[in-house]
Amino acid sequence: MVAVVPTAARSGASAPVAQRSSKTGYLLLFPGMAWLGVFFAIPFVTLFMTSLQAPVAGSPGKYQFGLEFGNYASAMAEYWPLFLRSFLYAGIATLLALAIAYPLAYFIAFRAGQWRSLMLVLVIAPSFASFLLRTYAWKTILADEGIITSTLNSLHLLPEGRILNTGIAVVAGLTYNFLPFMILPLYAALEKIDPRLMEAAGDLYASPQTAFRKVTWPLSMPGIVAGTLLTFIPASGDYINAALLGSTGNRMIGNAIQINFIQFRDYPTASALSFVLMAAILVLVFTYIRRAGTEDLV
Amino acid sequence: MRWLRHHLIGIVAVAVLVYLFIPIAVIMVLSFNKPSGKYNLSWNEFSLDGWTNLCGVPGVCSSFATSIQIGIISTIVATILGTMIAFALVRYRFRGRSTTNLLIFLPMATPEVVMGASLLALFLNLRFPLGQATVTIAHIMFIISFVVVTVKARLQGMDPMLEEAARDLYAGPRQVFRYVTFPLVLPGILGAALLGFSLSFDDFIISFFNAGTLVTFPIYIWGAAQRGIPVQVNALATIVFLVALAIVLTAQFVNHRRRQALERSAVDMDTFSRS
Repeated sequence: MVAVVPTAARSGASAPVAQRSSKTGYLLLFPGMAWLGVFFAIPFVTLFMTSLQAPVAGSPGKYQFGLEFGNYASAMAEYWPLFLRSFLYAGIATLLALAIAYPLAYFIAFRAGQWRSLMLVLVIAPSFASFLLRTYAWKTILADEGIITSTLNSLHLLPEGRILNTGIAVVAGLTYNFLPFMILPLYAALEKIDPRLMEAAGDLYASPQTAFRKVTWPLSMPGIVAGTLLTFIPASGDYINAALLGSTGNRMIGNAIQINFIQFRDYPTASALSFVLMAAILVLVFTYIRRAGTEDLV
Repeated sequence: MRWLRHHLIGIVAVAVLVYLFIPIAVIMVLSFNKPSGKYNLSWNEFSLDGWTNLCGVPGVCSSFATSIQIGIISTIVATILGTMIAFALVRYRFRGRSTTNLLIFLPMATPEVVMGASLLALFLNLRFPLGQATVTIAHIMFIISFVVVTVKARLQGMDPMLEEAARDLYAGPRQVFRYVTFPLVLPGILGAALLGFSLSFDDFIISFFNAGTLVTFPIYIWGAAQRGIPVQVNALATIVFLVALAIVLTAQFVNHRRRQALERSAVDMDTFSRS
């Protein structure tokens, strides 16, 4: 009892540090949260209002306040295939990224030893070179007369005889560009696993495959969920890869939003498309938040 | 065969790292190219044009300078705002914590095209002129969340005993913050700032929506992609890549040395207390 009291007293003394309740906390929060409120949350309201605007009769390109829910119907009627294609491309790219990222994340977490931090730097380093230029570089790598295309062609593996300007190139670009977003959360989850758990599985006569399937893979699930979301979300909204590496038949929903907003200046249609994309993605995110809790993600 | 099975995962890991760097190699090699047509897509002839005449093509250097300017301003503002939020989240109790967490998390889970479009909808409805100000506002908005996450992780990983020890030694709250807390969190803040700058400097989608006629470096590249990207762009991108890599590697090295020194002094203390 005597031994317990001082410890309790000490933790009581340090507790206020973590949970000070005063005006200071709100003052620290306010400026940043106000910025996010005004420039992130409120724009969704204006986006929604814009999506319901009606054209001004007699002056094309001008819109006024309205409740034109039909904007959604006409936007979806015209662009639903692009939504499907976006989620299909993003889904394939996410699965490919998971398959490519897992061995590297596993190696960095368990086998890299003193090379661990250097390898993590090498994972993020490519992001220091321009996203657009890296995507553009795939035009060179996947060129019709390049090694990859001619090798695959001599094996008769390419249905269209080429990679560039096909869906394959768009998916390849998406997979490459968002790979670090898969590797880092996977690594963070794998790194938390106690290697002795895998040893224990081996001691209990589990084959390496069984040990992986029953121990490592389930324990890395938080990283898999976070990584797939962090890859899938930006990939489904991306239009750079489709614009640079695909043809007009490979356009994604991001291309439609960009063209309607900036070229056609059809703000209601572009806003309706953005809103539907966001809604579809929010459903995914909230499912995840319910599984893992926001605190773990932020 | 057993050797192969044992090292297979290492071989795959190295292959993935090499894969990550293939486009970087292409960018670098093509910076020394003299393109045959207008597109710098395949190797033609060695040339130093891109490097000796970095600003030789109109628009390249001015867009580069614009991006640096936007990057510096938005990084400074976002780092300050984000660090304040991180401190509030870790050190203070307040109401509406889950709403706060959600508002910080959502910008990272929203596709850029939606953020760019919704912000443009706001500016259009307010008839706010598009340009450097709107792009900077947008960049601050999407960097804040990344700063919060980075600094928060650093704060949570800190040993509370260190601050407690300072208080035991009669340091006042200000002194504890100035001499203990802040120096310990600083690497996290600097890391967040570096991340923020690289996100801002490289952002295309959100910037493009809110730029009006302003041309940032990525917007310049986007426009040039249609008519042929000049070799100067490859040279500048190579410089940015190497400078950023040098900064990160130096930080790693310094951190490593510091940790080694700390471990050594810990060992000394250990032997001292035992003897």
